[in-house]
Amino acid sequence: MVVRYTVILAVVAALLPIAVPWLGFVFTLAVGIGLAALGVAMLLRGGLISIGHALYFAVGAYAVAFLMRDAGVHDLLVLFAGATIITAAVGFLVGAFMVRYRAIFFAMLNLAISMVFFTLLSKLYYVTGGTDGLAVATPTVLGMQLSRGAFDVVMQNAALILMVAAALLIDRYLKSPLGEALGAIHTNEVRLEYLGVSARGVIWAAYTVSAGLAGLGGAITAVAIGHVVPELSYWTVSGQLVLVAVLGGIGGVPGAFIGAFFLELVRTFAVGIAGEVWNAIIGISLLIVIFFLPEGLYGLIQRLERRRTNPK
Amino acid sequence: MNPILAVRDLRITFGGVVAANGIELDIYPHELVAVIGPNGSGKTTFLNLCTGYIHPASGSVTFEGKPITELPPRTITRRGIARAFQIPQLFAGHSVLECVMLAVAARHGIWDAWRPLARRGYRHEAHEILDLLTLGAVADRLTATLPEGLRKLADIAIAMALKPRLLLLDEPTSGVSTAEKIPLMDTIVGVLRAEKITALFVEHDMDVVERYADRVLVWDSGRVAAAGRPHEVLHSADVLERIIGVG
Repeated sequence: MVVRYTVILAVVAALLPIAVPWLGFVFTLAVGIGLAALGVAMLLRGGLISIGHALYFAVGAYAVAFLMRDAGVHDLLVLFAGATIITAAVGFLVGAFMVRYRAIFFAMLNLAISMVFFTLLSKLYYVTGGTDGLAVATPTVLGMQLSRGAFDVVMQNAALILMVAAALLIDRYLKSPLGEALGAIHTNEVRLEYLGVSARGVIWAAYTVSAGLAGLGGAITAVAIGHVVPELSYWTVSGQLVLVAVLGGIGGVPGAFIGAFFLELVRTFAVGIAGEVWNAIIGISLLIVIFFLPEGLYGLIQRLERRRTNPK
Repeated sequence: MNPILAVRDLRITFGGVVAANGIELDIYPHELVAVIGPNGSGKTTFLNLCTGYIHPASGSVTFEGKPITELPPRTITRRGIARAFQIPQLFAGHSVLECVMLAVAARHGIWDAWRPLARRGYRHEAHEILDLLTLGAVADRLTATLPEGLRKLADIAIAMALKPRLLLLDEPTSGVSTAEKIPLMDTIVGVLRAEKITALFVEHDMDVVERYADRVLVWDSGRVAAAGRPHEVLHSADVLERIIGVG
């Protein structure tokens, strides 16, 4: 089911921008947000709410900027790989501390560290560009320097490939013993320890992977926009990631991307149709989903699928 | 014969309450030992001390000749001691089969993020354990939907999937109807005997104790007040009066 809906999502996402070209940029941004939200959704499976994952989103984005500016890396694939690895490494280090905490303490500590990072990005002007941020030039693709128009098409397709790959890999992980152990932490951490399993170790692995996903999402966003700013690590972005994860539903990996596409589309159309009240339109849309679809949009799809395969 | 579990002068207090007051005991391989005693006498605390959930103020616990006193539960579990709880500790969002497969996976090594948990080998092994404990028919049911007797068995199935050499059972028949107790214990003890697993079980039903235990330890105020064969201990005037409350 996950494979089918991931492929359907990818095909729709690939075809719509051909029909409506300006949607290509929106979809690329949605994939960036969706990857980061998938990281948040993974942790939610373990009963852990991170309201500071914008930290990793921003680390991924700034890693791209720093790699281009300071390390002379300009190839798109190397930038994505480098940003993901750097962010996962940061997640690994921060995770060593985070795995000791649960519930509100876990949530607030993530928030605190992301806000410390936001302050550093804002104040360390000579390193980070301060509140002005840093420009991200158009990268090369396999050594070729493309025009911006051609590059945007490549970016859009690269984002789709990364989305499908990440969805399939994370789905596999969640169904593996390590992934199932993460879900088991949510319901009974003590029993897991009495199986001889280190709950902290399981969370640490998930936290590192989740940071890497958010970093990749940040890297895609940085390259797509061509600019990174401290606001990428601001708490509202963290909140948005949690919102997207819950909106899409944590019952399966496509949920995060469905939530991201839904939010980006609603935002885009709301701004276009009613520029003065677009926030209210988004809020009302979210309320409708939260009230009537407690398992998120993917939960609705799963419910319809169950009804189709088992009409009784 | 060397004891599989040796406990020496184990002590712990919670505030002013002495929960373990110099516990001394040996459990020998393939024994089925019952622990009886009034509520609050420290029976569950003893299981918590043996499995690393809490650590004693002083004294030692040795398993197969190696000290485990200060080890955490996961390390003690890996050494070969498994536990089933008074209130069954199951994974609420998982089916019975998934819970047991997770235990099988834990024994083989949980650090596998690639192959599915529901692989053929794990599934087969889990089904074998569930069939032994007569849980085959409810394998695919969510644990939260099971009646108490089956939840107890599922909790024990999880512990058995770890292939322990020592199994600690905390009140396996509590919350189970009188009619279900004997069939439940027949099933559990049958598997323990067949798999040659040493077991210690806390129990309040003296019929169950007399029927199944090789030896009885009588707990009182955080220490072993009496020990011996069931027919000796359970008919001792002192035990009847002070512990069981008959006399």
